[in-house]
Parts: sequence; C-alpha cells; structure tokens
Amino acid sequence: MNAVSAPITRHWHLDARYVPLLITIALFFTMAIAGSIFFDGFFAPQVFLNLLIDNAFLCVVAVGMTFVILTGGIDLSVGSIIALTTMISASLVQQHHISPFITIPLVLLVGSLFGLMHGFLIQRFRLQPFIVTLAGMFLARGLSYLISTESISIDNSVYRFFAETRIPLGSASLSISAVIALAVVLIGMWLAHATQFGRTVYAIGGDEASAHLMGLPVNQTLIGVYVLSGFCSALAGVIMTFYMLSGYSLHAVGLELDAIAAVVIGGTLLRGGIGYVAGTFFGVLILGIIQTLIVFDGTLSSWWTRIVVGILLLSFCLLQQFLEARRATR
Amino acid sequence: MNNNEHKSLFQRIGSHPLLSPIATLLLLIIISSVVNPSFLRITWFDGHFSGSLIDVLNRAAPLMLVSTGMMLVIAARGLDISVGAVVAITAAVAALITDGTYGATHSGLSTLFIAVAGALITATLCGLWNGLLVVKTGMQPIIATLILMVAGRGIAQLITGGQIITIYYAPYFYIGNGFLFGLPFALIIALLTAIGLYVLLTRTALGLFIRAIGLNPVAAHVAGVRSRMITLSLYMFCGFTAGLAGLVISSNVKSADGNNAGQLMELDAILAVTLGGTALTGGRFTVVGTMIGALIIQTLTSMIYSSGLPPQVNLAVKAVLVFVVMLLQSNEFRNSMRAVLFKSGTST
Repeated sequence: MNAVSAPITRHWHLDARYVPLLITIALFFTMAIAGSIFFDGFFAPQVFLNLLIDNAFLCVVAVGMTFVILTGGIDLSVGSIIALTTMISASLVQQHHISPFITIPLVLLVGSLFGLMHGFLIQRFRLQPFIVTLAGMFLARGLSYLISTESISIDNSVYRFFAETRIPLGSASLSISAVIALAVVLIGMWLAHATQFGRTVYAIGGDEASAHLMGLPVNQTLIGVYVLSGFCSALAGVIMTFYMLSGYSLHAVGLELDAIAAVVIGGTLLRGGIGYVAGTFFGVLILGIIQTLIVFDGTLSSWWTRIVVGILLLSFCLLQQFLEARRATR
Repeated sequence: MNNNEHKSLFQRIGSHPLLSPIATLLLLIIISSVVNPSFLRITWFDGHFSGSLIDVLNRAAPLMLVSTGMMLVIAARGLDISVGAVVAITAAVAALITDGTYGATHSGLSTLFIAVAGALITATLCGLWNGLLVVKTGMQPIIATLILMVAGRGIAQLITGGQIITIYYAPYFYIGNGFLFGLPFALIIALLTAIGLYVLLTRTALGLFIRAIGLNPVAAHVAGVRSRMITLSLYMFCGFTAGLAGLVISSNVKSADGNNAGQLMELDAILAVTLGGTALTGGRFTVVGTMIGALIIQTLTSMIYSSGLPPQVNLAVKAVLVFVVMLLQSNEFRNSMRAVLFKSGTST
C-alpha cells in the first residue's frame, strides 16, 4: 500500500454501505427511462403511480421484512398472514356483519400476535427464525382454510369506499392504500434511523453479543421486529382486502419471496446490520416496474417476471458477497 | 450434582434417536386403523399388493426421495429450499422429451431412457448450481437456494410454455404407477436410494466427514476433510433426488405442471427430516429416521383425508407438529422444562 492509495480505500470504505442502495436507485431510473424510450405511453404519471397502487401491500410487507432481515432473521409467514387477514376480514364483515371499524383493528391485533409468537419462540428458545416462521406460515394458511376454502367477496360500503376513492394528484391519482404504503415507508425510515428501537435493530444485526454488552434492550427488540413484521403483514392484508374486495385463503401465495427479493434488491445485507428502508422502497418499485415493462411489451409471458427477479436477486447477492469480501480483506 | 441420575435417565431415553419418530408413526397408524378399520388390510389384487397402507407407501415415495437429499444438505449445515422448483423443472424436461419435442421418437424404450437421463442430469445441474453458489461465494444456503426457488418456477413454465403438458407416452407411466415384485415401483426407487445411501454413509468415511462438517466446518477443514467438495456433491445429490421425485410425480399424474408441481415440497421435506430426528443445526442425521419422517407426514395426510375432516386441517396440524418438534429439539426449551419439573419436584 503506498501513500496515494490509502485515502482512496478509506473513501471507498465509507461509501461501501451505500453502493447497493445507489445501484438500486440507478437501476430503477434506468428501467424507467428505458421503458419510456421503448414504449409509447409509458412515461405518464399514472403509470408510475400505479406502481405504488398495485404494489401497496408488497411495500408494507417489505418494510416489516426489512427490520427482520436487519436483525439477521427472516419472516416466511407474511404471505399467509395476509391471506388469513383477508379471510378474517371478509368473514367478519360479510358473514357476521361486524363493523369494519372493529374488524380492522382486530385483524391488526391478530397479525401482531402472530409476530409476538414468532418473536417469543425465536428469542426465548433460540429457535431458527426460518423454521419458526415456516410453521407460522403453515398455521396461518391452515387457519384461513379452516374459515373457508371458497373466496368471499365483500360489498361493504366502507371497504368499497377505501377501494374506490382516488386522491387526485395533478392529472393522475393515488389510492388510499398507496398513501398508507407511503406513510408506512416514512414511519419505517423514522423508526430505523431516529429511534432507539432502530439503533438496537442495527446493533443486533451487526453483532448481537456486543449489543447485549452495550446494555441495549436486545431481547425486547428481537421480539419487537417480529411483532412489527406481523403487524405490517396484517396491514398489508387489510390493504389487499381493499384491493381485491375479497377474502381468499390462496391470496398472496409466495409473497414472502417477493418481499425478501425486494429487501435484498433494496440493498439490505441478508446477514443483517446494513440496509435501508428507502432501499426496500426502491426494491418494491423495481419489482413493480419489471412487471409493468413485461405488460407493456406484450410479447413476453408472465413467467419472465420470476426469471428476471431471480437474476436480479442473484446479481445483488453476488454484489453483497463481493463487497463483504472487500471489507473483510482490509 | 444431585440430579445426575435424573439426567442419565433422561439421556438414556433420549439416546434412542429413532424412539420418538417410530412412536409417532405407530400412534398415527393406530389412530388411522381406528378411524378406518380397513387401513391395515393388504390384499393381493391384479398382480400386486393393494390397500391403504400400500397407497400411503406409494404416495410417500417422492417425499422420501426429496427428504433423503434434504437431510444430507441439512446435516452439513446447509439448506435447499429450491427442491420444489427442481421437481417442477424435472417434470417439465421429462414431459417435453417424451413429447418428442427434443427429437426423440415415441416408439421403443429408448425415449424412456433419454427422458429419465435428461431429467436427472438437469436436476443434478440444478443442484450443482446451488452448491457452487454456496461453496464458491459463501452465500447463506437459504439465500443461495432462494434464487433457484424464485427463478425455477419461471424456468419450468418457460420450458412448458406456461401450459400443463399431458404425457401420452405409456412406458413413462411405469415409474409412478407400475409395480415390481408386487410393490409400487416408486417405493422401490425410494427404498433403493435410501439403502444405497445408508450403506455409503455407514460403510465408508463419508458419513463421518458429513458429521464433521455439520458439527464444525472450520475444524473439519483443518482436519483435512475436503469439505467444499463434499458440500458441493451433497447439493448435487439433493438436486438428483428432487429430480427422481419429479419423475415419480409427473409419471404418477401423467402431466407436468410448471406452476404447481412440487409446490411446498421443500417445507414438507424439511419437516420430514426434522421429524425423523435430524438436527437442523447440522451434524446429527439419520437415514432411517428421515424415511419414517416422510411416512409420518403421508400417514397424517391420508388419515385426515379418510377421517372426514376437511383436508384443509392438514396444514394447521402440520404447523402444530413443527412447533412441537422444534421445541423438543431446543436445548433452551428442554432446560426450562426440566427446571420447571425439578422445581415442582422439590417443592412438593
């Protein structure tokens, strides 16, 4: 190492954590520009707002997932909890005629309790997060099957209001769900960067033992992230109920994979400790824009979405490994 | 230590690793035969054994196959969540080859061999891909195999053109529906795989090496175990068994469905491996236990189907099973339970 290269490497070290995030944002804008050049009508405000409207539930789930992954864990139950939420909501509102204003807080509570159960088992008994949330995934899906195997459609006026109201934004418009999703992203950023909870989450992901020694509330925070993820899943379920106006036990099958993909593409390190809620937001937008591009193209079949997402996932994982290796060698 | 005798008793009971899987399976078989009195009856029909028990064995075969591969990967501190996708890819490849798309003809058995070989090579290559990602880049196994899990179904649908391909090539049906010596051929494939593996693991040093990698990868490496090579081949074997399962499944239903073939198979396999007594943390594994674990899952499924309960209960019951098994495997849980028992023992 000569004197000239030393300051450069130090500069690189500061930037390394932002590299995946910057790549994600650049990738999103590249795709947006490419789409606008290749397809007529792509460069319209509504096309971009639709990214938010159509992916509002994914966005909410992915924010919760970001916190779990930041601690080095994983939550595979999110898709099933969404299905369970839509099922409970539809069954209570439609078949038992219970007010949505009781139903919605209730389902949010159910989701949080699921998260509490996961967090408790993981923290108290040192079980592996993936197997605990895997069992939670079975349980939530099984419970929603038990309510009904048929799809229950909703014609409640409150749900219709939330589903159909559009907030005008210039010539385009946003749905209420999209606004909720944006709010969740902002709250997530606040939680991650401006609260003790967020700092503890990063500390656990960095080194759990050190976090303990620093006197941080590690145990409560570990349980807390799973409660947060459960709550976010239930909220996403409520949004999906608005979006689909139905409850169905096969809603959101495999959504956990999309959520994990969005988080990874957003630049969060799967070992935990490094990552940004804002990155996750762009990760979700990238998943959305891939689908939009494929729809606009018209000749590509829907399964290309999965293949492209897989390739993106691979590239980002390799990038993470590369950056980690660089950090480790210095 | 006062409770040393207690401990040794606990350990003696706990030291039979196959005790609880066998007990669970027997319990399920007893319940099944109470619910359905003809469950245990095996008759000779049309040149082969027939009955509920044979049916369970036949249906458990794909899960047994996938579980043996999954067990080895888990034993070496890995995980493969892409097996369901590999099943779908294999089924698609086999269906297309028997279809004549890749130039093979419908006549003769050569098509069968080409289809089987093509499918198995594809599956092993999938395993090689997973193994390379884990070994070469040092990615966490769950993430490395997640990539193929996400992309794999897309690839399977790409191969089948998004359609469910019906297979018309009759010799192919033998794999999933045929009988050899009166037993389902699929079961014989699964048993041969398991026996071969058992011999390999107990008669050669391979089992010891895998145990060493699972207990302490660094120490194993320092001790001269070629851990990277072995880990890579374990992932390849896991892909291979998923391929065998894909052949059996597609042959059994005479079609290949890129979207739904092998759906949730990875979860069932992990569950079967855990139920059989293999430690999820690696290092401890049992071929026999894994086979029993797969049988437990299939017996449970068949029991729920035949008992008149809605089949959807299945998932919830499996969930409870996973919770119980993983709590029993957790040292912290056993310690706290022991503490509770011990405390109540002294206070009374």
